[in-house]
Amino acid sequence: MLVGLSVHPVLKLVVQRISLGLLLLLAVSAIIFLGVEALPGDTAQAILGQSATPQALANLRAEMGLDQPALTRYFDWLGGVVTGDLGTSLTNKTDIAKAIGQRLGNTLFLAFWAAIISVPLAILLGLLAARYQGRWPDKVISGVTLSTISLPEFVVGYLVLYFLAVKWQLFPSVAMVFPGMGMMERLNAVILPVIVLVLVVLAHMMRMTRAAILNVMQSAYIETAELKGLSPMAVIWRHAFPNAIAPVVNVVMLNLAYLVVGVVVVEVVFVYPGMGQYLVDHVTKRDLPVVQAVGLIFAAVYIGLNIMADVISILANPRLRHPK
Amino acid sequence: MRIPVSALIGLILTGAFFLAAIFASVIAPYGMGEIVGGVWDPVSDKHWFGTDAIGRDMLTRMIYGGQTTIFVATAATALSFITGSILGFTAAVTGGWVDQALSRIVDLVMAIPSLILALVILSVTPVTLPVLILVIGLLDATRVFRLSRAVAVDITVMDYVEAARLRGEGWGWIIFREILPNALSPLVAELGLRFIFAVLFISTLSFLGLGVQPPLADWGGIVKENSAGLVYGIPAALIPAFAIAALAISVNLVADWVLSRTTSLKGGRG
Repeated sequence: MLVGLSVHPVLKLVVQRISLGLLLLLAVSAIIFLGVEALPGDTAQAILGQSATPQALANLRAEMGLDQPALTRYFDWLGGVVTGDLGTSLTNKTDIAKAIGQRLGNTLFLAFWAAIISVPLAILLGLLAARYQGRWPDKVISGVTLSTISLPEFVVGYLVLYFLAVKWQLFPSVAMVFPGMGMMERLNAVILPVIVLVLVVLAHMMRMTRAAILNVMQSAYIETAELKGLSPMAVIWRHAFPNAIAPVVNVVMLNLAYLVVGVVVVEVVFVYPGMGQYLVDHVTKRDLPVVQAVGLIFAAVYIGLNIMADVISILANPRLRHPK
Repeated sequence: MRIPVSALIGLILTGAFFLAAIFASVIAPYGMGEIVGGVWDPVSDKHWFGTDAIGRDMLTRMIYGGQTTIFVATAATALSFITGSILGFTAAVTGGWVDQALSRIVDLVMAIPSLILALVILSVTPVTLPVLILVIGLLDATRVFRLSRAVAVDITVMDYVEAARLRGEGWGWIIFREILPNALSPLVAELGLRFIFAVLFISTLSFLGLGVQPPLADWGGIVKENSAGLVYGIPAALIPAFAIAALAISVNLVADWVLSRTTSLKGGRG
């Protein structure tokens, strides 16, 4: 075989997928910047209020660079984002990148612990529900997850807050974190938001894991394994689960992306100093540069996780491993 | 036709919520903004759900809040179905670059989490009811588009559609007379899920302070208004929270039933 020029098909697919994702991200940045510009509503007017004089409006527009054509400002902004300069906030004139740094760390800390707990738990519950399909453990797990799906994140948040923090006083109700806090203190502070995030993503993740395993369970080799006398759990563990890894990993990644949205609401419920709280605060203040920067970061994480899900399912597909 | 118990419960509860929303001004015991008691008065026979953070009757707030929530969610669902299904069918019928352009735009919008995109949009536009309905409806239309396009793609290759094309019918006829009647059942099942999504979406936005603005009330907003009391052990904020959950679950029960009845005739091909 001529190895020299031929690229491994898996590598080609992965590179294709990643470049497609980057293209998507570029398009998303254009939507977030130019699309918002095209909407009715005047930033200068929004800041100064209805009673502003035309002169004051013109001054503010010049100061913010709003008198430049939108496309010029878009490329300026994009160039800044790529080099790590996210611009300055309109309301308090601080550097956005600096303000975000600390908060991004806080948000990732929260999301990290939620992911660490929810992923194994969801897979385990999914396996259990698949093992006892149609019997009571399956029904209980499915019933509980169905009701958590019907609840918006903030309702789950307040239920947990009311019962665990106020009624039974198990955990602190406000998730205060500050620099210089010890690891254990910090964990103790975020325990409630982490519980809420786990509940929010667990249901989706578990239901999809269950569906993925049940799908594999219909294969002929599962029947063979059952007929040769393996116990049901051994069938699932040794034969069904390895073949369900690709869909399960996909499910996990998609739900981690879902965590991105959940985190916004949960941070507001627990007054947690993270990115979500920062975003909501500045939407209220109509501070467009901050909203655009944070929105782009959230979208980038979301798209990044989706790309990872695709790449992993490409890598997990044994049919692609051996080039013909 | 036998209706299963769960669907019956769902139907009754959903019906009750809608009736309460329609006749809000008739059944509400007090005025919407009327202050009739102390701060967070407990449950009594004068105030069945107690009073809220500034002494308004909680039951009254809940009824008017439900009216706003259900109205916004219904309008947004209608908007998303009309735009989503017409564009989805058009994409499937015309194919070619129209299909490509519409599908790529939808991919692009769906690449951004809906809540984040909605927040970015609401930071520029005035936050009023029509804007909220437009934002929620159009963001939701992307999902309806995908579903209706997928269903319609299966139907456009049917012989009767081919026959209609050959006898020279326009695309309007093909969409409304050939495809729509046959695509109706999966779309109806989806309707319930989209409605729940809209309810959760508007509640979340209001909770974040970026949805329905005071003095109007909606359930998400009532949670926000009363959330400060939770820390002192006053569960007033949980009442609207339960209402949102109850509405979502009861619509879900109905949607599940419709879905299980129609899966066998997906796309109308029985």
